[in-house]
Amino acid sequence: MTSNNRLFGILVPIISVLLGLIVGAFIMVISGHNPIEGYIALWNGAFYDAFTIGETIRRITPLILTGLAIAFAFRTGLFNIGAEGQVIVGWLAAVWIGLVVDAPMIIHLPLAVLAGALAGGLWGFIPGLLKAKLGVHEVIVTIMMNYIAMFVSNEIVRSVLTDHNTSTEKIAATASLGSEWLQALTFYSRLHYGILIALFAAVVMWFIIDRTTVGYELKAVGFNRHASKYAGMNVSKNIILSMVISGAFAGLAGVMEGLGTYGNVSVISGFTNLGFDGIAVALLGANNPLGVILAAILFGVLKEGAGEMPSAGVPTELVDIIIAIIIFFVASSYIIRWALTRFKKEGK
Amino acid sequence: MLDILASIVPTVLFFSAPLILTALGGVFSERSGVINIGLEGLMVIGAFVGIVFNLTFADVFGGLTPWISILVAMIAGALFSSIHAIASVSFRADQTVSGVAINMLALGVGVYLTKVWYEKGQTDMVAEPFNSQNIPVLSEIPIIGPIFFQGVYVTSYVAIIIAFIAWFVLYKTAFGLRLRAVGEHPMAADTNGINVYKMRYIAVILSGALGGLGGSVFALTIVSNFSHATIVGQGFMSLAAVIFGKWHPLGAMGAALFFGFAQSLSIVSSGIPVLEDIPQVFLLIAPYVLTILALAGFIGRADAPRANGIPYIKGSR
Repeated sequence: MTSNNRLFGILVPIISVLLGLIVGAFIMVISGHNPIEGYIALWNGAFYDAFTIGETIRRITPLILTGLAIAFAFRTGLFNIGAEGQVIVGWLAAVWIGLVVDAPMIIHLPLAVLAGALAGGLWGFIPGLLKAKLGVHEVIVTIMMNYIAMFVSNEIVRSVLTDHNTSTEKIAATASLGSEWLQALTFYSRLHYGILIALFAAVVMWFIIDRTTVGYELKAVGFNRHASKYAGMNVSKNIILSMVISGAFAGLAGVMEGLGTYGNVSVISGFTNLGFDGIAVALLGANNPLGVILAAILFGVLKEGAGEMPSAGVPTELVDIIIAIIIFFVASSYIIRWALTRFKKEGK
Repeated sequence: MLDILASIVPTVLFFSAPLILTALGGVFSERSGVINIGLEGLMVIGAFVGIVFNLTFADVFGGLTPWISILVAMIAGALFSSIHAIASVSFRADQTVSGVAINMLALGVGVYLTKVWYEKGQTDMVAEPFNSQNIPVLSEIPIIGPIFFQGVYVTSYVAIIIAFIAWFVLYKTAFGLRLRAVGEHPMAADTNGINVYKMRYIAVILSGALGGLGGSVFALTIVSNFSHATIVGQGFMSLAAVIFGKWHPLGAMGAALFFGFAQSLSIVSSGIPVLEDIPQVFLLIAPYVLTILALAGFIGRADAPRANGIPYIKGSR
């Protein structure tokens, strides 16, 4: 049974991705495009040369972090749909420190990174506190927090960080994650050292969840709140802690954009979608750090490759459709499992 | 004073109508026990279909076009929401996840088809949008007439009337009682011979119809075209209205009117003495902050239907 479960655990995401790509091909055929040309363009968009590969890795970096954020919360039985807002405040805080502090890199950069993580953590703390103390459902609170983050961040960019401009100056070089070495290696793509932070964060998540008492308690609370309480664990503390850590991961994703890719922060009219895509990453990666990395690579490749699809006449939005379909299939894994068991029985 | 009211009230009604309609959709779905984060996506589909139909058939139907457009958008929303129904009722998917996927899918499909059909990222402006008008007879009433019935959109009153119909259906009919029962205690409802799955399907599809209606009313009154930036958060604001209105149709309508008021303030406040001094950002975040406060119990307790979000599996306890 256990080996069966593990087999399903691997088969469900793979089948979902394949189904997603097949549906994508159908849509291309129906709308009068050649799906083979479309997918070749997508491949080229992600892997054509060193530059595109650099950009693809850059795209993957924040997705790993938002994926970890949502996976971490899921493991403790919480749904952090607020990664979107946590990304925004993390981005803002990191750039803020990057702009106003004057210090050597060895202090400035870690400080800016930390500020982003803390801001994200704070944005996770509020829904965590409300859930733990008042039993308010975290999904709704985090959605509301997303919009509050967006409007407050816009206001700060306009009125505090600039004089009614739509984006700030570039951050000081001492706070930048940019790497001339990585840029030179990839024909001056925007690849930056953030990928190392993202991979390290995955290790941190694995360590916390699988190797520490804190992680054990967090998981226990996720499985059964009442049993955990009976066993003497502080349920409220664990819920809050989980949301804070989750928020910090998402805040770091904002740091990647602020200190790495863009080097500033702008007024935004809509969400970055990093948080919502993170939900897809976490689901497909089965809330497991390694799975999250693999899923982030897949979605990063799809998203970056999409930029090249118009060369085959296919609108980039096809990739959003494919990702949505993959989520449906993973979320409805009950039906895939049912179908798989059905096939097996018939085979016998 | 009269002038200020006569400028504010129609604006509030104008901004609230799509929120009211979509929030009513949310009430139906959540009352039956299915969380619907996908309201945003349902509005996107409604806006897209409403605009495309209007652009395509304006010559055929003339002045009736906007009305037929919103009916078609309603049907499209209903069909689209059946994906959410299948995933979350029959396939037992996590309802929040399915809702998120609905949002992504709707925006993806809408913009994809816009690009395929119009070869650009946004459609043209429609030729036959809804126009504001003075409502005959009623607008002649002194005082009330100029405030409520001059320069308004008929769709605003349609939304308010639908809210009362929704209240009647949910609280005064057997169907409504069953729908609420399924959302509170599905097993008890099942034992009494109510088909839980059927009720939930109907509720989710109703929410799709109302969400599609809300989206198309938004598109045909406020923006007049469709692009990726047509619906940005109105669906989530409607969801907030559902909760702020405590899952009650008239409560949701009140909340939607209030949020519409907050939105219109951030636009018309420059003419009004006291409000002029409030930084715009406070008006922008007001609906969301108030919803959190409402949930936290600072503004009366908001309790969700008991079985909201839990897939019903026949035979399990």
